[in-house]
Amino acid sequence: MQVISVEGLTLCYGKRQVLQDISMQVHRGEFYLIIGPNGSGKTSLLKGLANLLPVAHGRIEILGKALTSYTRRQLARKLAVVPQQISLDFPFSVAETVLMGRAPHLGLMGIEGAADHALAREAMHFTDVAHLADRPLDQLSGGERQRVIIARALCQQPEIILLDEPTASLDPAHQIQIMDLMERFRVEKGTTVIMVSHDLNLASLYGDRLLLLHNGRVEMVGSPDEVLTAERLGACYGCAMLVEKNSLGQMPRVTPIPQKYSQVV
Amino acid sequence: MLNNLRLGVRLALVTIVLAGLLAISFLLGMGIGPSGNGISELLAAVFGSGDPQSVFSVIVWKIRLPRVILAAAVGSTLSLGGLVFQALLRNPLAEPYILGISGGSAVGAIGGMLLGFSPFPGMALAAFAGSLLILLLVVGLISGNTSMGRDSLLLGGVMMNAFCGAIIMFLISITQTSEVHQILFWLMGDLSMSGLDRLPVLLALLPCFAVVFALAKPLNLLLAGRESAASLGINVRRLTMLLLLVTTCMVSLVVCQSGLIGFVGLVIPHVLRLLLGPDHRLLVPACILGGASYLILCDLLARTLPNSGEMPVGIVTALIGAPLFIVLLWRSRRCQ
Repeated sequence: MQVISVEGLTLCYGKRQVLQDISMQVHRGEFYLIIGPNGSGKTSLLKGLANLLPVAHGRIEILGKALTSYTRRQLARKLAVVPQQISLDFPFSVAETVLMGRAPHLGLMGIEGAADHALAREAMHFTDVAHLADRPLDQLSGGERQRVIIARALCQQPEIILLDEPTASLDPAHQIQIMDLMERFRVEKGTTVIMVSHDLNLASLYGDRLLLLHNGRVEMVGSPDEVLTAERLGACYGCAMLVEKNSLGQMPRVTPIPQKYSQVV
Repeated sequence: MLNNLRLGVRLALVTIVLAGLLAISFLLGMGIGPSGNGISELLAAVFGSGDPQSVFSVIVWKIRLPRVILAAAVGSTLSLGGLVFQALLRNPLAEPYILGISGGSAVGAIGGMLLGFSPFPGMALAAFAGSLLILLLVVGLISGNTSMGRDSLLLGGVMMNAFCGAIIMFLISITQTSEVHQILFWLMGDLSMSGLDRLPVLLALLPCFAVVFALAKPLNLLLAGRESAASLGINVRRLTMLLLLVTTCMVSLVVCQSGLIGFVGLVIPHVLRLLLGPDHRLLVPACILGGASYLILCDLLARTLPNSGEMPVGIVTALIGAPLFIVLLWRSRRCQ
């Protein structure tokens, strides 16, 4: 079943058109990755799906209903967003931040009950930040903070979760930790995961399907094997790429080729 | 320690403590002054066991009480205004006075005064128009350009203030009546013109306070960023518009009554945030009660420090607030 269906989507930032005629379908429980060079419109597409950018043309359906027919609150109960970063000028504690995920399910004053606190605790255990519960957010490392925002999204109990480059600026161990977390999230809760990523190898290792964007258009949608080919990536990124099979599970492994080895290939 | 308690309990605790502080400030404000400093006499006058016709009773009820009430209302409003602006602009240094909002309403109020408007509703409306104009300019300045940093916002505010100051000086220089002295004193922030008849206007502040308190939770969500709040179900544009309108409305109302009193909206929210954390469900009532106490006590200093006469309370708040502003600016630079 499709949880997200996009037809002929065009998005603009002010007057500048950033996405053109995008169509995509995401199935329930899928790990769906959006990849593409800088400025290809990945983050804009994610924002469009979360109704954070106005749709210029086309149609987005979330769970079978037009995106525009949702109020923000209704949408927030179905779809959670993990932004690249959140503002830390007025840092709440980890526990308070995670509890905010309950906001779309609560009344105006947002008084949390015992059940909400229990959900927040569960989310913090799931993402392994429970031991940090009372620490202010600005005292955490990048990886810890990312796990807190993911816990907040988990606490929202969404059917779909959108992540904007959650592994950027993390070391390899923390990257895998975040990706494993999302994989577990997807398997255990049946949540659909849509992630923007710069890392082609992580996309290859985890993605059920990849959507490759280039200059605001869909270049290709398909499995890692189908999308990650040397010719296609070379053309999109403007850089020669070496694509081999890795020994883990025969997924494509992508290496951009440095100038000094360009003769070898 | 406070963090482990349920929100309701914390809210009750904070309210009781700060309401107690406010009651003490009220007693001090009513009890201390050039004509008699007796707390015991005051208690007698307040609880009706003294002679209601005595000179001291009359001073306490007819002169000091209206002034203390005005100080409380102004203090509450300005600190709440600071709190809201800081959250909306996600800038710890935002404040009605620093952003030029107070200056804008002063221009409007003085313009209204010179045109012969009555204090209410004429002057209040003129002040509201003036502050709204400045607000639109300041907000337009930042919303058009997302790369604009927090310092640009402050610089914009400082320039707005300078501009408003120039207009005010211009208006004064073309005025040749006896009103000039009065306007100048009022400009520096002055609570001495209060009288019982001017107080009912302040009741209009209560619904404004209620609206801000009702929106405390969405304000919390906004602290993590506009898009983050939107993805948690908040209609950010509507929330921002409503809060800006309500805040500007209440700030211009008190500026009409008290003139320019700066930095209250900086000092009180910062001190309370340090004590209570960033949750607006606690900070809104705390700012209302704490801001009231703070300005009553500042006004007490303004009345009693000079050997003869008194000074505008704006001088006291600026002497306390401006150094704090510099410390906060220095700290935020070090963090970046």
